[in-house]
Amino acid sequence: MPRRNDLNKVLVIGSGPIVIGQACEFDYSGTQACKALREEGLEVVLVNSNPATIMTDPEIADRTYVEPLTVESVRRVIERERPDALLPTVGGQTALNLAVELDREGILGRFGTRMIGVNREAVEVCEDRERFLAAVSSVGLEMPRGAFVRSAQEADAVRREFGFPLVVRPSFTLGGTGGGIAWNPDEYEQIVRHGLAASPIGQVLVEESIVGWKEYELEVMRDGADNVVIVCSIENFDAMGVHTGDSITVAPAQTLTDREYQQLRDAALAIIRAVGVETGGSNIQFAVDPATGRQLVIEMNPRVSRSSALASKATGFPIARIAAKLALGYTLDEIPNDITRETPASFEPALDYVVVKVPRWAFEKFPDTPPELGTQMKSVGEAMAIGRTFPEALQKALRSLETGRYGLGGDGTRVVDPKALVDRLRTPNWERLFYIKHALLSGWSVERVARLTHVDPWFLRQLERIVDLEGRLRAFSLADVPDDLLAAAKRLGFSDRQLAVLLGAGEEEIRTRRRAIGLRPVYKRVDTCAAEFEAHTPYLYSTWESECEAAPDRRRKVIILGSGPNRIGQGIEFDYCCCHAAFALAEAGVESIMVNCNPETVSTDYDTSDRLYFEPLTLEDVLEIVDVEQPEGVIVQFGGQTPLRLALPLKQAGVPILGTSPESIDLAEDRRRFGALLDELGVRAPAWGTARSLEEAQAIGERIGFPLLVRPSYVLGGRAMFVCWDAGSLAAMMQKAVDASPEHPVLLDRYLEDAYELDVDALCDGRDVVIGAVMQHIEQAGVHSGDSACVIPPYHEAVRRHLDDVREVTRTLALALGVRGLINLQMAIQDDELYVLEVNPRASRTVPFVSKARGLPLARLATRIMLGETLAELGVREPADSGLYFVKECAFPFTRFPGEDPVLSPEMKSTGEVMGVGRTFGEAFLKGSEGVGTMLPRGGTAFLSVHDRDKPGLLPIARGLAELGLRLVATRGTADFLRSHGLAVEPVFKVNEDRPHVVDRMLGGEIQLVINTPLGEPSFYDERAIRVTALKERIPLITTLSGAAAAVEAIRSLQAGERDVFALQEIHRAG
Amino acid sequence: MEALLALEDGRVFRGRGLGRTGCTTGEVVFNTGMTGYQEILTDPSYRGQIVTLTVPHVGNTGVNDDDAESDRPQASGLVVREASREGSSWRARAGLADYLRQHGVCGVEGIDTRALTRHLRSRGVLRGCLDSTGLSAEQAIERARSAPRLEEQDLVDSVTRPVAERWLEDRSPLLDRPVREPRFRVAALDYGVKRNILRLLAGSGFEVIVLPARTAPDEILALGPDGLFLSNGPGDPAHYGHLVEAVRQLVGRLPIFGICLGHQLAALALGARTFKLKFGHRGVNHPVRDERTGRVAITSQNHGFAVSTDGLPDVLRVTHTSLYDGTVEGLEHADAPLFTVQYHPEAAPGPHDSWDLFDRFAELIAQRGRRPSARRSA
Repeated sequence: MPRRNDLNKVLVIGSGPIVIGQACEFDYSGTQACKALREEGLEVVLVNSNPATIMTDPEIADRTYVEPLTVESVRRVIERERPDALLPTVGGQTALNLAVELDREGILGRFGTRMIGVNREAVEVCEDRERFLAAVSSVGLEMPRGAFVRSAQEADAVRREFGFPLVVRPSFTLGGTGGGIAWNPDEYEQIVRHGLAASPIGQVLVEESIVGWKEYELEVMRDGADNVVIVCSIENFDAMGVHTGDSITVAPAQTLTDREYQQLRDAALAIIRAVGVETGGSNIQFAVDPATGRQLVIEMNPRVSRSSALASKATGFPIARIAAKLALGYTLDEIPNDITRETPASFEPALDYVVVKVPRWAFEKFPDTPPELGTQMKSVGEAMAIGRTFPEALQKALRSLETGRYGLGGDGTRVVDPKALVDRLRTPNWERLFYIKHALLSGWSVERVARLTHVDPWFLRQLERIVDLEGRLRAFSLADVPDDLLAAAKRLGFSDRQLAVLLGAGEEEIRTRRRAIGLRPVYKRVDTCAAEFEAHTPYLYSTWESECEAAPDRRRKVIILGSGPNRIGQGIEFDYCCCHAAFALAEAGVESIMVNCNPETVSTDYDTSDRLYFEPLTLEDVLEIVDVEQPEGVIVQFGGQTPLRLALPLKQAGVPILGTSPESIDLAEDRRRFGALLDELGVRAPAWGTARSLEEAQAIGERIGFPLLVRPSYVLGGRAMFVCWDAGSLAAMMQKAVDASPEHPVLLDRYLEDAYELDVDALCDGRDVVIGAVMQHIEQAGVHSGDSACVIPPYHEAVRRHLDDVREVTRTLALALGVRGLINLQMAIQDDELYVLEVNPRASRTVPFVSKARGLPLARLATRIMLGETLAELGVREPADSGLYFVKECAFPFTRFPGEDPVLSPEMKSTGEVMGVGRTFGEAFLKGSEGVGTMLPRGGTAFLSVHDRDKPGLLPIARGLAELGLRLVATRGTADFLRSHGLAVEPVFKVNEDRPHVVDRMLGGEIQLVINTPLGEPSFYDERAIRVTALKERIPLITTLSGAAAAVEAIRSLQAGERDVFALQEIHRAG
Repeated sequence: MEALLALEDGRVFRGRGLGRTGCTTGEVVFNTGMTGYQEILTDPSYRGQIVTLTVPHVGNTGVNDDDAESDRPQASGLVVREASREGSSWRARAGLADYLRQHGVCGVEGIDTRALTRHLRSRGVLRGCLDSTGLSAEQAIERARSAPRLEEQDLVDSVTRPVAERWLEDRSPLLDRPVREPRFRVAALDYGVKRNILRLLAGSGFEVIVLPARTAPDEILALGPDGLFLSNGPGDPAHYGHLVEAVRQLVGRLPIFGICLGHQLAALALGARTFKLKFGHRGVNHPVRDERTGRVAITSQNHGFAVSTDGLPDVLRVTHTSLYDGTVEGLEHADAPLFTVQYHPEAAPGPHDSWDLFDRFAELIAQRGRRPSARRSA
């Protein structure tokens, strides 16, 4: 069937900021879809609030709107662009929900925009469990028994009918937010209450528990002629009860016979037809009873999903790309398989390797949350590894995670608490794999471990092989270990680091020995067809076999090291930079070779670079690739800390590093040497010192005074970073900082109170410097820069008058550090003085935001500089001011961690970002807020409660709110202070005073805005109740004064009704 | 225990022995299916062949009583990357290695099956020698070279039933498919038939009489069947002149449905030619287009020969085409009630997309039954 010719312009909706449950995979799928649509000559209009995505690059779509994903703002885009069709299936649940709302409100109908790829009916069937159950039953399949519950009473009745354990799932929430498994009445009552609150329609599903059953997913594609294929089967290592996003998963499925697998396949085909997904990809989850084989349908996503991104990377079958083509009317047999070229997309990939995905969590950031896993997803990222066998792939995945593990233990790291073994095996938790290993190592039988964990014995036997081999290795030293045992270990995925620990040698010695006996990895291709046809795309993974298919060519080539699994502090922004490096290399005619292990990303699309190595980013793995490819150089400055950590060791191993030298990067991290450089250059910095003990820290405190910013060196994202207000609290903070990075000294800086903080991103070629942008933080210094909203251009006069100084300091430092590429500086202005806080001669988190706001592709230009071109040759100048404001706002995962206090601190906690564009700062900030789901009120009542320190600063904010017609209520201290300055404020009880207290009033819907700066320990519980309630009730919560001041501007803008949507292509043309 | 696989072109792969310790020869082929090793091993069409499975872990679910496609393993040898020691499945009755040993099948594990597959893909299938008795590489290569070619062997005779029997085993309780009461009698010529074919015929409204491959046409007609089924089986179709001749005599006299070797024999009977594919089609992911509807089915395939479109007689129409290489995957007769497919609609292993062909056979007979000229004679 040729493609339909009634479409000219298609609207694609992205998934917004990176949040838990919705990450880069939708940048990957959205980018693929946009490219596929444009290949067909269609005009593509894109809306996505997330500037850190490749999809929002102005080259990917014809018209790119970085605007909030709300009905209101997408309506404006539709009204302006009049697209013929809307493709809602590549932007996660966010895009799907939004499309349904747009349709429900008649907006699509009014402007003649048709939904393609899926229809509203199918989406609603999948989202509405009763209708989904009906569809599933209509084709003779079963789901777990369950009932919908809308109140505690209904919940009680269901409990009596089904008995424990029970699974509670709130309706219409992302990634299972607010759900859980209850084993007793108390837990049940609590989870139901939570779930009812989390569900936008106040409904939860209570189901019979199938905890412990085997869990599978099938990725299904259907075309308009009703041809259906299964792209991939995925088996969860963790049994039912752990969210798939938090499970170790394996592709293809390993423990099903053909008969059972085909039953699942039949079921998947029947369901996609019954639900009525006309074209595109869907993901269907199943549970299989390990004792009887009974199969149940769990759920279906009628769209591209996290699992489909994984399936695409696992198989080489580009699901989102094909889905976009199918939506245009093509059938599967009309679309070629890009890898084999000679065969069509209407087939089912055959894998001759095993893929393992392991999630990465950030529990250390959320200390009040038990590190247990359940039906609600908590991981922030994932690593995928490919090996010829499961043990090999698993060990590769574990070392890809960069959590200090180099495989399944045997790497010198011990986290196991033997006393807790039974409990840690029984209750899923993020370290369970290592407890399983410990149990096997302690001689527990596979059957016993299987009984406790419900992990299929097949997987456990594979782990046992690793454990057994570890035991055999321990009997030897490097001097006497036989070659064939080393080879066997490598084939089971052991890293050199593990071998070093087990054989009591250095990693380098292992490498030398290995190379001496010719024990080297080979590279095999991911080809969708198990070698049946020739693969034309060099998508490679390492393994320990006889034949290498890398076939490197002799072109000029450069390796780009990616950023590994997403984590808080290192996410999509760095992947964006790595992709741009590949694009720049292509422009310059240099072959690009990407190395990365994150399946969610655009960088691991085999289409992004000339060659892709899906490999862990460890020294061992990278050195082997370098050895095969012999590149001109390696780019380390784009992937965040991951490649930076490798820069010096690579250089020492003789690998050329492109751009700024690793020594300069290191110098900037070394506080002592860097301090000396600043002194030498006459650049002012806050007073500082480094300490290895409490005594040293106290001495520094006395010397430079409080408050102090206390932080460990060489850590990411402000891990264990604190503001210390007095000598009394120093001891506790020193301890935490030392724990976080024991080998390095703790840094103590004078904390600049009431300062304006700035970020600068710039390019330097060694001769010239071009400023990308100066950003002013909206949150004050002391909030991690990654958690602070910021704005281009700086809007405060106190900052604007220092801009020339800022430029000069940037220039001086960039040249002094010999930067070739990107440099990021953090500065602060306090009392009209400019201080440099930090310099990072590498890509920063703000590079994509700056590139979008300023129309200057920083990472691409930096790559050209690294190749030897100059800024002058490239014709790069600082862009003129576009006359618009660009606000970057952050998205936080607090709703996933209901026990946590949602307050901003020097420790970074945000997972993603959005951009808001406006003619005024207020409009831009308003859009930024809406982009992360904070719907500031037009009027109503604001509740104010601030630290004494903050009271003077609160006054203009309170005045502003009053002027805008908001009613003010405040706790007694704050109310008294504001009243004494002539403001009308109604006092309200604190939680521990009397009732109705502030939380009662919040729950009663009487409060529309909460401004609450942390008061400190004594009122901690009171405040926490306020903040947690605000979060649950979705009342906008602001925890800093500067944030509050910005909110006042935003509300002013909201009331003034100034609102427009802007396409990047227009902005950049104008600027 | 060391083992090796030596190919006739001199390439040698070394691994560890699996199953029986011994030496075996055969045509080395590869199958890309990710499930179904037990079905593959026991499929009589693999007679004379050493099967390489491209999926690395094999044996994960052990072996069970239901998934065998014949009463024992049929392949001459098995080549895998990793054999699981114990199977994990509620249906498992034994481990793969024990099963192989018990049935005297030699295997090898631990070899780079991807390298082997790439070699076969570029060189075409080759004769090989799989040895775990300690032969030198040279000796093994020599045995590979002196092994009989597949095309020279009467493999059907080694797998067909000795005597006719009525299929009384399960109809399809193991399949998620409604069972129809018998309406017609079908004579099924067993060239090496897979059980699932018989199950599906039985479940689609047929009383199934399974006959030895060399059953004479008049003996078949004497049974008074409503239709004739030509089964899958091993070897080169062009080698089986006697079987082709028998089919020729029955075309037009009975409605005929053929699968795989049965398809090839029917085509030869009607004057078509067959040829050997370079490395065959073996897997469960092969797209086949139905030329009449344009629909694509994902099919299970296992064939090393194909019907040539060159010189295809006018009475034969190509109904199905492989989207991998454009070869013929299905034929029908312009006048006589006959249709055949090269692939395996019975799956086992593989997708169930084409189960409806068994119903189509019943319909073909039913339609014909309405014509007075085709009254049952017995």
